[in-house]
Amino acid sequence: MNWALAIPEIVLSVCGMGILIVGVLRRQDSTFLCSMLTLGAFLLAAILSVSTVQGIGYHGQFVIDPFSGFVKLLIIAGAALCLILALDYNRKQRISRFEFPVLMLFSVVGMMVMASASNLMTLYLGLELQSLALYVLAAFARDDVRSSEAGLKYFVLSALATGLLLYGISLVYGFAGTMDFAQIARAASDPVHVSPGLVVGIVFVLVGLAFKISAVPFHMWTPDVYEGAPTPVTLFFGTSPKVAAIAVMVRVMVHPFGHLTDQWHTLIVIVSIASMIWGAVAAIGQANIKRMMAFSAIGHMGYALIGLAAGTAVGIRGLLVYMVIYVFMTAGAFACITAMRRNGRSVEMISDLNGLARNDPALAGAMAVAMFSLAGIPILSGFFAKLYIFLAAVQAGMWTLAIIGVLTSVVGAFYYLRVIKVMYFDAPAEQFDARSPSLTFVAAVTTLFTTFFFLFPAPVVGAAQAAAQALFG
Amino acid sequence: MIATIAFYVFAVVLLVAAAMVVSSRNPVHSVLFLILAFFNAAGLFLIAGAEFLAMILMIVYVGAVAVLFLFVVMMLDVNFAELRSGFQRYLPIGATIGAVLFIELVLVVGGWSIGPLSEGARFAPTPANVHNTAALGRLIYTDYVFLFQAAGLVLLVAMIGAIVLTLRERKSSRHQIIRLQNSRTVAETLEMVPVSLGANINTLGIYRPKVTEPEEVLADESDSEALLGHHGGGSGGAGAHHAPEVR
Repeated sequence: MNWALAIPEIVLSVCGMGILIVGVLRRQDSTFLCSMLTLGAFLLAAILSVSTVQGIGYHGQFVIDPFSGFVKLLIIAGAALCLILALDYNRKQRISRFEFPVLMLFSVVGMMVMASASNLMTLYLGLELQSLALYVLAAFARDDVRSSEAGLKYFVLSALATGLLLYGISLVYGFAGTMDFAQIARAASDPVHVSPGLVVGIVFVLVGLAFKISAVPFHMWTPDVYEGAPTPVTLFFGTSPKVAAIAVMVRVMVHPFGHLTDQWHTLIVIVSIASMIWGAVAAIGQANIKRMMAFSAIGHMGYALIGLAAGTAVGIRGLLVYMVIYVFMTAGAFACITAMRRNGRSVEMISDLNGLARNDPALAGAMAVAMFSLAGIPILSGFFAKLYIFLAAVQAGMWTLAIIGVLTSVVGAFYYLRVIKVMYFDAPAEQFDARSPSLTFVAAVTTLFTTFFFLFPAPVVGAAQAAAQALFG
Repeated sequence: MIATIAFYVFAVVLLVAAAMVVSSRNPVHSVLFLILAFFNAAGLFLIAGAEFLAMILMIVYVGAVAVLFLFVVMMLDVNFAELRSGFQRYLPIGATIGAVLFIELVLVVGGWSIGPLSEGARFAPTPANVHNTAALGRLIYTDYVFLFQAAGLVLLVAMIGAIVLTLRERKSSRHQIIRLQNSRTVAETLEMVPVSLGANINTLGIYRPKVTEPEEVLADESDSEALLGHHGGGSGGAGAHHAPEVR
């Protein structure tokens, strides 16, 4: 049964429970200690997930392959960046509690389970574990009305999406007779005689997962939740859960439903186009930078889905590279948003950035790099992300998607460049409070990655290539 | 023969009880009928040879859910008669939806076909010579142990979440500090008063519990008294509760 396959998850969960005990038993405030322990646990899990043997275990419920390894590393990296940012933010907002890192850790366990799912039940439980922790994290600033609202809103809508997903799973189970990915693939191997019930099931599964990556038309929760949640949690929403959800979507579509490409392909194309367009257009009118980032996330998910729509190994490689780059540039942008504090209070209007370049050139530089990269300006990493995706689309002969992608990139560049214009050309506003070292660290790491990705793309692209091959192989 | 009689007895009582659950005017009676229905359903499971399901039904539903439900019904004091008042108004739309659902059901059952693999899954035989409780146990704790543990983690997160979102440390809450309570000695709290033979107790004066009318419990009692109780936490729960009377 090879239980050793799940060692990273097991170790991480045990660490989580240990940290919980440490936090409860220590009399004084143990948030810092618990956060550091959690970071250590993340590091340990990352090392373990690189080094575990590959194969399928637990009666076919759990799989370790290059794809899951790649996704897990990215999930852990994203979560670690968020945790570092949260350390200082939570203290200043007086919501510093040791449960925060613990919840984040369990959420990561859920995402890792999702990445390794090779059975619909594993997928569902992983998804539940990560969502449940996210509901609480969104409402973590419980005395703040907006945060509570974000938590409740996310809870209700996400529960609905989970219900749809579960309905889809039950349909698939009913019509395929199994929940195991390999056996579903066998049951659905004849695209001509596939039962309509199975197709309906696939559509519902797709809808449930599209909600989690906030693709249009299942994106309604995103702006409100992004705005209301504490900023590091917003970043968390934007990185690891999206990576996990899109990874599981890719695995489900490519592996068990791989023979039914004709049935779900159009759906992915429509969702992708709608996300790109809505993400570009709706962001223009936003005054709140967290809301703007929400629409930006919607748009970027649209671009990433092009890789899945292409349906080839090259497309999946592009999608994985895109997610890596997206995680780092979003983290860079949010590091700067977290730094937006005035007189001990967090401010989040785009106009609050007025003339930042004169008050704090380093911060403005980091923000500018993040924005240019999100817009896809050449030599920054965001450009290469889009390049790999569009390349795959063109190779697969999907010119429409590629052209719409380029056009919406141009529209989207408008609101990213507006932020830069505000920072560099407007009259300076009052200075921000001094930023903390942890925040500077995150901003520096992500900015360096974003700027110099073009020099060393080989490790990331190579690993993504291996991951994509594993899925198709 | 006996099994058949038992089946009909259980089935009839189950149906009657179920009908009474929805038709009874008193919500408490409804819940009691619900419990009766659970018991009879458990009996049916026993006849079908699924003793594990029967036990689970008794333990989980009768034991926990029904009692909990009874509490909710009794505490909420919901006026169910009022809830039913809209019955006639919503009857047409309800009937329409019901009809649509029924037609769907008919269509689904009419177009029934069984998937290639579900045949095997449906008739998956119980392993020979194994009790069905043991067979279920093997499924849950051996074959699906990973999912079982993951579900456990989900519950753990739910618990942490509930605590994070609702637990508030109040300054005024009375914690029991067992250490202080145990280290309390007689000398700290009681005093030996030497009383000479034949002396009048009134002139010496000793503390005795006052006999007063029981005070009405005020809503904000916790504020003033709890503070007092907290500082005097060393004297333990019982002492703190008597403090107001001595005062």
